[in-house]
Formats: sequence, structure tokens, C-alpha cells
Amino acid sequence: MGRYVLRRLLQMIPVFIGTTFLIYALVWAVPGDPFEGKCGERDCPEAYVSAMRDKFNLDDPLVVQYGKYLGNLLRGDFGLTSAGLSVGERIAATFPVTLKLALVALLIEAVIGITAGVVSGLRNRGFLDSLVLVSTLFLISIPVFVTGYVVQLVFGLQLGLISPTVTSPTIGNLIVPGFVLASLSMAYVARLSRAGIAENKRADYVRTALAKGLPQKRVVGVHMLRNSLIPVITFLGTDLGAFLGGAIVTEGIFNVPGVGGLVFRSILTKDGAMVTGVVTVLVLVYLLMTLLVDLLYAVLDPRIRYD
Amino acid sequence: MTDQMAVLATDRDRPRGLFGDAWHELRRRPLFWVSVSMILLVVLMAAAPSLFTSGDPGLAQLSRSRQPPSAEAWFGYDNQGYDIYTRVIHGARASIVVGVLATIGVVLTGATIGILAGFYGGWLDAVVSRVADIFVGVPFVLGAIVILTTLNAGGDAGPVRIVAQVVLSIAVLSWPVAMRIMRSTAIAAKQQDYVKAARALGAQPGRIIAKHMLPNCVAPVLVYSTIALGAFIGAEATLSYLGIGLRQPVVSWGVMINSAKDYLRVAPHALLFPAGFLTATVLAFVMLGDAVREALDPKLR
Amino acid sequence: MSRAPLVPLALATVLVAAGCGAAQTQTGTNTDAGITIFNTDPENPLVPGNTTEAGGSRVIDALFTGLVEYRAEDAQPVNAMAEKIDTKDSKLFTVTIKKGWTFHDGSPVTAKSFVDAWNWTAYGPNATQGASFFSQIEGYETVHPKDPDGPDGPQEAPKPATDKLSGLKVVDEHTFTITLSEAFSVFPVTIGYEVFAPLPEAFFKDQKAFEAAPIGNGPFKFASRNVGTDIKLTRFDDYKGVDKPKFKDLTLKVYQSRESAYADLVANNLDFMEELPPNALAGQKYETDLGDRVVQRETLNMQTIAFPFYLEPYDNVDLRRAISMAINREEITQRIFEGTRKPADGWVHPLMKGYQKGQCGEYCTFNPQKAKESFAKSGYTGEIVLLSNTDGGHQEWAEAVANSIKNTLGVEARFVPSTSFGEFRQKVNAHEMTGMYRAGWIADYPSIENWLTPLYRTGSSSNDGLYSNPAFDAKLAEADKAPSEEQAIKLYLEAEKMMAPDMPVIPLWTQNTIAGKSDRLKVANLHPFRKLDLDSVEVVG
Repeated sequence: MGRYVLRRLLQMIPVFIGTTFLIYALVWAVPGDPFEGKCGERDCPEAYVSAMRDKFNLDDPLVVQYGKYLGNLLRGDFGLTSAGLSVGERIAATFPVTLKLALVALLIEAVIGITAGVVSGLRNRGFLDSLVLVSTLFLISIPVFVTGYVVQLVFGLQLGLISPTVTSPTIGNLIVPGFVLASLSMAYVARLSRAGIAENKRADYVRTALAKGLPQKRVVGVHMLRNSLIPVITFLGTDLGAFLGGAIVTEGIFNVPGVGGLVFRSILTKDGAMVTGVVTVLVLVYLLMTLLVDLLYAVLDPRIRYD
Repeated sequence: MTDQMAVLATDRDRPRGLFGDAWHELRRRPLFWVSVSMILLVVLMAAAPSLFTSGDPGLAQLSRSRQPPSAEAWFGYDNQGYDIYTRVIHGARASIVVGVLATIGVVLTGATIGILAGFYGGWLDAVVSRVADIFVGVPFVLGAIVILTTLNAGGDAGPVRIVAQVVLSIAVLSWPVAMRIMRSTAIAAKQQDYVKAARALGAQPGRIIAKHMLPNCVAPVLVYSTIALGAFIGAEATLSYLGIGLRQPVVSWGVMINSAKDYLRVAPHALLFPAGFLTATVLAFVMLGDAVREALDPKLR
Repeated sequence: MSRAPLVPLALATVLVAAGCGAAQTQTGTNTDAGITIFNTDPENPLVPGNTTEAGGSRVIDALFTGLVEYRAEDAQPVNAMAEKIDTKDSKLFTVTIKKGWTFHDGSPVTAKSFVDAWNWTAYGPNATQGASFFSQIEGYETVHPKDPDGPDGPQEAPKPATDKLSGLKVVDEHTFTITLSEAFSVFPVTIGYEVFAPLPEAFFKDQKAFEAAPIGNGPFKFASRNVGTDIKLTRFDDYKGVDKPKFKDLTLKVYQSRESAYADLVANNLDFMEELPPNALAGQKYETDLGDRVVQRETLNMQTIAFPFYLEPYDNVDLRRAISMAINREEITQRIFEGTRKPADGWVHPLMKGYQKGQCGEYCTFNPQKAKESFAKSGYTGEIVLLSNTDGGHQEWAEAVANSIKNTLGVEARFVPSTSFGEFRQKVNAHEMTGMYRAGWIADYPSIENWLTPLYRTGSSSNDGLYSNPAFDAKLAEADKAPSEEQAIKLYLEAEKMMAPDMPVIPLWTQNTIAGKSDRLKVANLHPFRKLDLDSVEVVG
């Protein structure tokens, strides 16, 4: 196990370097100058542009630039934005908010998705089953931004049930955005757990357990659920990574002060230091999440052994 | 040999292959026929919009801005005074083209690389898997935004280039999924007796891959590709909604939604019609994928 | 003033006790209230000389008071920190500042505070965004030398021999003189811009600390900043100016989009937003959403379409006229902007002192017949391209303008969007536009001169289309040196008239800005510079 984890961690190094280099090159190697357009409808003074180019090593070859950046990164220094703000501090300020939103979404997704999936899986081909199948199909097909706008418009502005934007990112305020963010994955979770239950229902061990005279509740709750949920757990794990980086649309609609909004604005204003910094963190999180999921896999399914 | 084939073909009770079996199963499913007819309709709209409308999708008259649906304009007019019905019909093309091209790109690159990595294993597999990790590690929307802003910096672009950029960014970020699916089926298939037998008989690796493994590994990727097609059409809409995907002069459902979103409260029809077509098309592909998967996987029946 | 809240508080108690609705006749003003207004995250460190974008300006504006300020009623400059500004020849100005003013840290505001701040901003190696505002002062070339091969080139600009503008001299603690390199009659009007604000000693001692907690001399002092979320300011009780705020705390809240800010405004979670987003303007929804909470006024900005004179066929005067006459300004301002824009009839903004109606004449009037004739005369039949960035809500009107040209002239007219303002600006600056393009101007200072010289004079800083008309240039030069304001205005108007037949830039419309306030604000006026007039704000008691 220990050796497996070590090997995986070593494998992460080239992936990490590859991803950050890719993003770095895309952000900074843009044709044109990232510091034009910072001075409104007139030219920026030349001295300002030169100073900025100097600050971000833009006059060096790309590989050298990246090397310098990586060197600073390894020392824990994310650098400064063109506005002179510390990238590290900005990430530290926004990341917890997005993490909170992602966790809220994950919880909603897991609870509703698994419940719907298990219920429909147990009652194969019944009304409930069809309802779950049809509603998940719709959830998968409607783009998130449509769901977001409709929820904000109807519940926030017309009915006045919720605050249309998140004023302070408390758990309670994040429930609605979390729900919107989770809607698509919720459908996948429901379908995955439904398929798992349906498959395991006829498995030998379930028959054995029932024949042994165990109560139905225990068979479903302990035996079937544990085996059916393995793919669901994998999905939820990778989804957390996706939520952290994919909340751009949801955060924008509800004005959640998280990483998504930060990175979207930074891309538009060509704040390369911020974009590379955020993506670096997200990639790290993603890599660690996949490792964690794989390890969890082994815990849940004794047949899997990593050696 | 040919005689034998002819005998087999006429034999009504011949054992069907995986796909024959699946087809037999599919034919009996209403969901399959619903989704297929919806897809055919949209494809027809994309291929020959003039069958559905004689209007000019580029004609905008501000004087009729935001008029609701009426007898002469079934879906009404949008903010600029474009006829929404005409635009929705013509918009199908860009949306479908993006979806189909991106899917072809993803499946071809992903499956080719995946089957090679799965078959040969070793260092090739290691390198390919790490490269795939690099692209999977970047969250999709974020990655697409970065790629597209970089590509968009070129400025004045024709419709072909605009579409190509979106296709490229989707394909670049999604091929690892197809690759991973193909790789794991290929690894499983490599252990099967028929592959071992072919090897023992001295077949070339190229022949083994093409003749023996491919037909047996293609099913999961096929299922993925139908669902992915729907998902990519949705992805195009999301990117266009953010203002970095397709844009003028290309007409697509995403572009229409983008320009209608600010007027949702005064001209909801301008958003609802393209969004409805978008949802229905994605739905059709997802349903088809669902039906095909269930047909291919006997366990799910 | 500070005793005022006692009355309404007592009154409110009575009303509640009597079972009346609480929200009716509120007479008093709560001078200890706090308000929250819309902001975007400042893009630069909070130093006046380095802030030229809106997000930072809203903060700097509240923190600092310059020599002159622009009156909210008519945008005319009035002395703020300046006691008087004297000149005999429009070249040498003597500035006397008011006594007894202090910065928020208690240090006095002196002539040196201004001179040091201006020298610092103008000094090349400090690389400020506002440096070019000082280019008219004598000695600017010495402190801010040109980079020999442009900013992208490997060579660095030579290090200036001195860091002091030779045109600035401290006479005594409250007096200093400004010498310009050439006579410029409207100079005193220009210095109300924030980059001309004074800086305290503390800034020069520790710039980092200052950026984290700026110290100004304005009506508000810095309290705290939560980057990306909000900036909190609070009233400076020792403020000596006449524009003392009538409320206590000012929170500038950062929003990611105007749409989400608007949703908060409707729900009364946000107290003021100076420009409503398109989804609120659509179908005049804001009237039903906000009712009497709508605030509006004409503001000092104008939208135009500029021609690249370096690119065919846009150097063809008949084509330029044809395009201008093919744009149905009336319909676009009504349909796309719901009447929040007013068709422009000249290049000078109507709020400007000396503005004259109809300077552009028939060339700015929609006339399909004339447009077609002029188009035929131009001999051009190809495609017309309009470029614009789309990140500032420009997509809708640009598309409508392209369609208007297309429908009128029967020619292929295409709108080409550019996703980011930065890229767009860069191509404009580098003279690489592939068609005519969106331009816009927000007055730096309220003078007729600001609407002509920087934009259309040969070689001017913002004449990006490279328009050049020697006769027009000569007229402007004459106006700059005019002995009196009236004569200057007359000459500037003559220059504007000379430019009309050339149609160097198509004037489109000026803005009637629609802002919104919350129920809590009794009064909140919009300033002509499209910002909240903080001085006017009164909170319901």
C-alpha cells in the first residue's frame, strides 16, 4: 500500500509540471501584450508597460519564464498580480468559499441522487423508477446556466424566497447555488446507483443473505448498498474536483466570491499570474482527489489490492 | 467458403453477434425510436434548412424587435429583430457540426491511442496515461476558457475558424475520457482466448488490433460517443453563453441563448425556443446512448 | 446635524407604539448610517496616480480631495483644496491652497504634498498609469524619457537625470507654481482628475503600507479592505471641505457581474448602483422593479465609431458619410437602449459649456436616400466591418448598427466581436484594425477642449484612427492660446464645424444614465461623471 501511494505520488510530478506548463504557455504566450487595455480608452504610458513586462519576465524565452515561475512556486510563492495583490492570499481567501460550495453541492448530490437511485433500483420498472429515469434525463439535458437563471429569477426575484445573490457565503446561503451546481451530477449519481442496485439485486450473495433469513432492510442497507456504491463513490470523488474548477457559471450567477469568479475575471483581464496560480492549485487538488478515490476503492472493495 | 456464408445468411435461426443481438433488442424499444426520429429531424434541419424555412437568418429589422410569436413569425422576433424560427432552424447546423466533429475527434484520437496503449502496455501506456492525466486534470470549463481566449486573441475570424476553435478546445480536453475507456477494454480483451489464439497463430499486431480486438472493444466507446455528442452540444452552448464559444456571424443555439439571456424577462421566447431545441437534442442523444448501452449490456436488460 | 437622529427615532417609537405602518413619512436623516454601493475590484494598487479604471476610482474619489472638484449640478470645476489659481498668460499658474487641512493620519496638507505627488506620478521608473496626464508640465520629457524601441523591445528606457518636474516649484507652505511647456487655457479645469491628488509623507516613507491602507485628505478615510469582496471607508471627522458626508460608513462591495448586483439592488441588499445592467433596462423592467428608486441623469460620455484612416476603403470620405447617414440612431437608442441614450448631433458633449446644437448637421441624421447616393459616389461595393469588444455590453448596439448599415445600403455589413477589451485596445493602439471600430470617450475633465484635442488633433494621444486636418489643427492651436474662455469656446466650435464634412469619427449617442438606489436612501444623486455624488446621499432616519 505504502509503495503504491509513493509510486502514485511520483507519477503526479510529471503530470503536475505538464499541466501547469500548458496553462502557463496558454496564458502568457498570447499574441499581444497583456498590459494594454489597463488604462481605459487611452494608451498606457510606455514606462508602465515595460515595468510590467519586466515584473513578469515577459522578455525571457517561455521556458525560462516558466522555470522562474516554477522555482518561485516550489518556494510557496505564487507571485503578485499586476495590481500588486498576492496571488497566494487571494487563493487562500476564495478557495474555502468554493470548497464550501462544492461540499454543499456534493452532499445534496449524494443524498438526493443515491436515495432516488436506490429507490428506483429496488422497484424496477415501476412508476417511481420511470419518474427518476425521465427526470434525470431532463436534468442531464438542461444546461446549468439555464437552471441557474430560472432558479434565481423565480425563487429570488419573483417569489422572494431566497436572496438572489449570496451576500455572505454561509452554508445556508450556499444551498441554492449548491443545488444548481449539483443538479447535473445528481442525475448521474441517481443513474449510477440505480444501475448498481439493479445489478446486485440478483447477485448470489444477496440471495444467500435473504435465504439465510436476514431481514430485507439489513440486506439492502448493508450488503447491497456497500457493493452498489463503489462506482458512485468514485464518481463523487472526481466530481469534487470538477466542482471546484467548474463552478464558474454558478458562482457568476449567484455572485459567490469563490475561485470560479476569480479565475474567470482574471482570464478576461489577462491576469496571468492569477490564472496560473489558481489552475495549479486546482490541478493539485484534482490529483490528490483521484489518489484518495483509488485508495477508498480498496477500502470499500476488499477484492482490490494495490501492491 | 462463400457457399457456407450464403447458407449462414439464409439461416433464420442463426446465432446473432453482439451487434445483431443489440439491434434486435433496440428495435423493440419505443425510447429508441423516439430518440432516433428526433435526431433525424435535427440532422435534417442542419443539412437542409431551406426545407423548413425560406427566411434569411441574417435579416434583422429593429422595428420588429422582441415581438412575441405570431402567425407570420411562429417563434416571434428577438431583440435585434431576427426571426427566431429561422434562426433556430439555421442554428441547428452549427450546434450539430460542433457536436459531431468534436465527437469524431475525441473518439478517433482517444480510441486509437487507447487501443494502442492497452495492447502494447509498457512505457507507451505509461507515457500516454500521464499525458492524458495532464488534460483531465484541468477542469473542462476552465480549460476551454483559457484555450479559447488564447485562440480568440487572433481577432477577426471567419465562421470556419470560429467553429474549428470550439471543436478543437472540446476535443483537446475530452479525448482522455475516450482513451481511458478504450484502454481498459483493450486490456481486458488482450487476455481473452481469441486474441491469444491469434497471437499463437502468428498474426501481426496490426492485424490483431484491427481484426480481432477492435470489433470487440468498440461497444463501450460507441455508447460513450452517443452520450458525448449530446454533452458536447451542451458544452458549446455553455461556452457560447460565456461569450467565448461560437459568435457572430455563426448562428447556433448557444449564440442565440447568449444574446437572449439579458432579455429573459421581457422576451422569454427568444431564450426558450433555442434552449428548448438544445435540451431536446441533447435529450435525444442521451436517450439513444442509454438505449444502446442497455441493448449492448445484457446484464442491464 | 449630529443631533438630528434623535427626533426621527422618537417619532418612530411613537408611530410603532400607535400601531401605524413604520415605513411612511420619514422626515429625518440618519447621519450615523452606513451604506453599501456597487463596485468592481480595483485593478491597481490604491494610489491616485496609478488609478485610471472605475473600480479604483470610486475608492480614490472618496479618499482624496484635489485642488478642484467638479460640481454635481453642471460638472463645472469649483475650488476644493485650492484657495485660488492665478494666471496671466495660461502658461504660468500660481496655486494657493487652503490652510488647516490634514491628511487622515493628522499630517498637514501642504504645497509640497501636491508637488511631491505629481513628481512621483510623472517619474518614468515609477511606471504609473497616470503619468501622461502631466505631459503638459514643463520638464516632463526629462523625468519620463521615451523608450527608444518601444515597451516590447529589449532596450530599457534611459534612467531620467532627475525625478523632479522643472515646471513645479514650491513657493511657501501653501503656495506653488506650475509652468506648462506651452500655453494651455483650460489647464485649471483639467486638474480635478484623481491623478492630481496630493500624497502624505507616509506614502513616500512606506509605499507598501500605504497601498494596504491608503491615507488621503478626502471626506472618507480608509477602514479595511477584503480583497475581492469589499472595501470599507468611514467618515473623516476632521474633514475641512464643504462636501462633508451626511452618513458615516461607506462600503464598496465587489460584484462579479452587474446582473447579480442588480438582483441585490432590487432586493434592497445594495444601496446604490450607478449604471443598471442591460437585463434591467430591457423593456424598461427597472421601472416596475425599482419604482421611485430609479435615479437618472445625463452623464459625460459619448459612444462613437472611429475610422482607421490607415486602411482602405475607410479613407474614402463619401463612404464615411454614407455609413454615418445609414445608421438609424433614433431607432437604436429607442429599441436597444430603451431611450437611455440620446442621438448625438456633434462631437462635443451637450453638457459642455459652449455646446452648440447640430454641429454635425445632415451627416449625423439618418437619411437612407442621401446615404445611398453618397455610397454610390464612393465607388465602394465590398464588405463593411465593424469591430468592437463585447465585454462592456457593446454587443447589442454594435450588431444593431451593423444591421442598420446593411439594411440601408444593401451592402454586406458585419459586426466582428472581440472578447476582451485588452486585445481590442491593443490593436487600436497598434493601428492594426481591420475595419471601423467602436470608440468611446468619457470626459477626463469638463471642457469642450477635452472633446476635440485629444481625439482629433494630428498626433494626439487618443487620435488612434490617425485623422489629420491641418486647418483644424491650426484652429485648435489658436483656441488653446485664446485669452478668454469665451473666445476659446468660439474657436473650438469653429474647429468642430470644420471637422464635420470629414466625418473622422461617427458620433452615435450620449448617455442618459439610469442608476438605482435602495429604499434606505432618501437622496442619492448621480454625478455627471457617472458615479454616485457622495455629497448628496442622505439616509432615511
